[in-house]
Amino acid sequence: MSWTVITEKGPFMLPANLKSVRVESIREMAPQVFIIEFKKFFNFEAGQIISLSLSEHLEPRMYSIASGERDNNIQVLFNVVNDGHLTPALSCLKPGDAIWSSPGFGKFTGTCGEAWWIAQGTGIAPFASMFRSGQSASKTLIHGGRHADSFYFSDEFGPVLNDHYVKCCTKEDLPGGFRGRVTDYLEQLSALSPDPLYYLCGSSEMVVESRDILIKRGVPFRKIVGEIYF
Amino acid sequence: MVKERLFGKVPEEVAEICRELEMPGYAAAQIVDWLYKKRILSIDDMTNLAVRYRDQLKEKYEVRLYPPSKVEVSADGTKKYLYQSGNKKFVESAYIPDGDRATLCVSSQVGCKMGCLFCMTGKQGFQGNLTAGEIVNQIHSLPERDQLTSVVYMGMGEPFDNLENVLRSIEILTAEWGYAWSPRRITVSTIGIIPAMQAFLERSQANLAVSLHTPFEEERKMLMPVEQVYPLPEVLKTVRSWDFGRQRRISFEYILFKNLNDTPRHVKELARLLNGLRCRINLIRFHPIPDTPLEASDDQAVQVFKDALNQKGILTTIRASRGEDIWAACGLLSTREMTRK
Repeated sequence: MSWTVITEKGPFMLPANLKSVRVESIREMAPQVFIIEFKKFFNFEAGQIISLSLSEHLEPRMYSIASGERDNNIQVLFNVVNDGHLTPALSCLKPGDAIWSSPGFGKFTGTCGEAWWIAQGTGIAPFASMFRSGQSASKTLIHGGRHADSFYFSDEFGPVLNDHYVKCCTKEDLPGGFRGRVTDYLEQLSALSPDPLYYLCGSSEMVVESRDILIKRGVPFRKIVGEIYF
Repeated sequence: MVKERLFGKVPEEVAEICRELEMPGYAAAQIVDWLYKKRILSIDDMTNLAVRYRDQLKEKYEVRLYPPSKVEVSADGTKKYLYQSGNKKFVESAYIPDGDRATLCVSSQVGCKMGCLFCMTGKQGFQGNLTAGEIVNQIHSLPERDQLTSVVYMGMGEPFDNLENVLRSIEILTAEWGYAWSPRRITVSTIGIIPAMQAFLERSQANLAVSLHTPFEEERKMLMPVEQVYPLPEVLKTVRSWDFGRQRRISFEYILFKNLNDTPRHVKELARLLNGLRCRINLIRFHPIPDTPLEASDDQAVQVFKDALNQKGILTTIRASRGEDIWAACGLLSTREMTRK
């Protein structure tokens, strides 16, 4: 998740808790989508976000943590925004380079109970963190992406979630997958239980549209929790 | 070649343009005066500039003021203006006359990213930030501009997701070289993006309004996804840390939803949260939007809620519902126009 915080610089605007850390690894998961990893220096709850920057003097952006609570490293999944001020440079980092990170924060945290995780693109990150933190029981994961390589961490999700893991691919037919958008998938379901919690993470359009569909299909709005990446 | 817009530029930028075009130093002040003090529509109207300088300017720049493309008039005098901002993109401004006062509610973005459950603008998705010129144009091109007593940034979009353009528009409205308004005539409303809110408090003198809508975090999460990132206690901590002085106002917007946030439990928690803060709560009746699961509290419930808060010592007012016959909820008119085109 990223958020345009501010553009004007000033010491009062920058989080005081950014700490310099070294990049452990960075790899391209799909064209223009990267996962960057550094040593964990704080404890967090699965689903939380961090502020990242290339310098303590530059405006940070926010991203969801993709690693599990007990992992030694923090992983962040991001796609390169061509005119973005951070991600093009972030994607060029090498192991040993310095970045600045805050501790985890935010309230989009998981549940041990029954829930649907509904994500688009890199919005999968908080659910990957929840999954890797032992919260996979009673979960259904619906993930939307354009191509076959857009389903990050599918090698982890598939064997555990089985039929409760649905890949919604807009540009390709995938074996066992759904051809279309996440919202198309939700629309064509015959029934939706009002009992689970429904977590949504993705663009504002996807979150708002999915929320509207869930509500129309009888899910109480109190059961829907959305995180929008900005 | 697409020409650059002059309207919305501040004196330093106009001076830079003049330097580039090798115009005399005093030309910048003249241009700024034409842009904001006088009601010109084109560079040709800048008659105290030599013709050759006007011609030079016209090669790269234009004033680019837009009149509203549509207006809807309510029986109660409220007018909703539609401004086009790019192909198939529309923003709304609401002109609200009230006795000897008149308020204009302006937009800061086309669409919105914030996804609040009760908001129609969010259903359009986000289509872009307005420039400072486009924000001020909503005021400058308003037929009732001279009647305005105040401006509120409560139209489409989250102002603090477009902070620099909002701050620049406020500068144009309040600077001596601009409209020379008192900043107390301006209120900016936010859902609580804390870093930008801090920057706004530091860099402007305008009033602040925070969309609160429920004092309970779990409930606010359902209504406003921003709560996941910037929780209400942190927003209030930031507000409390700021010295608003005697003139600058902080207020809280509170839309009342039936059987959701209009109970005595909410009154009690609001009183606790806002205890000791010199502020006002504006209660707002909910204008239902298509497919919403939310219902408006009835008039009696709104009155009871207001009285209960006032009894707890929190100055509380009810915002009069205006323009209900002209798609008054923000975002409805532009959404209709967008889908029609």
